[in-house]
Amino acid sequence: MDVNALWWVAIAAGGGMGGMARLFVSELCATLLGKNFPWGTLVVNILGSCAVGMLAVRLHWPLSNTPLAVLLITGVLGGFTTVSSFSLQTLALRDEGHAGWALLNGVLTLVLGVAAAGIGWFMAGGGR
Amino acid sequence: MIGWRGYLQVGVGSGLGALSRALVGQAAILALGSAFIWATLAVNVLGSWLIAVVASRAAYRPHGISARWYPLVAVGFCGGFTTFSMFGLEVIYLLSTEQTLYAIVYVFSSVVLWLAAAWLGQLSGRPTKP
Repeated sequence: MDVNALWWVAIAAGGGMGGMARLFVSELCATLLGKNFPWGTLVVNILGSCAVGMLAVRLHWPLSNTPLAVLLITGVLGGFTTVSSFSLQTLALRDEGHAGWALLNGVLTLVLGVAAAGIGWFMAGGGR
Repeated sequence: MIGWRGYLQVGVGSGLGALSRALVGQAAILALGSAFIWATLAVNVLGSWLIAVVASRAAYRPHGISARWYPLVAVGFCGGFTTFSMFGLEVIYLLSTEQTLYAIVYVFSSVVLWLAAAWLGQLSGRPTKP
């Protein structure tokens, strides 16, 4: 794989933009849907997984590592989606006595997140 | 509501997090020949541990370093370092190549390890003497 300076710049810039977009969506979800459940993290992970499924087909992941593929897949969508907040928020729900909500968050994230990646992948023509 | 300074902290932290994630990927390629699955699992477990350490420290010391730099380190760095999209893509890749059992094992072991790492982080972020 060809790794050069442009590659690293693309990842850092993409990751920064993805992270700020994640913050924006989280704040928006908290405003619209409330703060009792981590809707924002669920929404970014579903949206990001769907987008990455599509881009993986279009940009021939994992065979190609063009600067565009690295910018969008590793950078922007890698930074947009998150596991750390999911883990923290799931534990926090349980610690606050909402074990059922914690379990629901886990199930929704895994099922909808993976399904979204699959839907994006199929919509872009993956598996054909 | 978080202002432009918050966005700046998160943007810088997330950029550094993504860069560190790519470095872990490169290290995995050097060590194992491929970044597939192991690099993603490593960043997600490490990031889950770190965010819980920082969140726990910030909760005990609301005016300490962890609390002030929470947007940079937790929301930014840990958020950019970990990735759910690559995890989802890897699961789809395993399913599409008919490695269904590996896909199931990957999903369940991942979520258990993420949460266990965050739980350990919570414990180690607590002050040792109350």
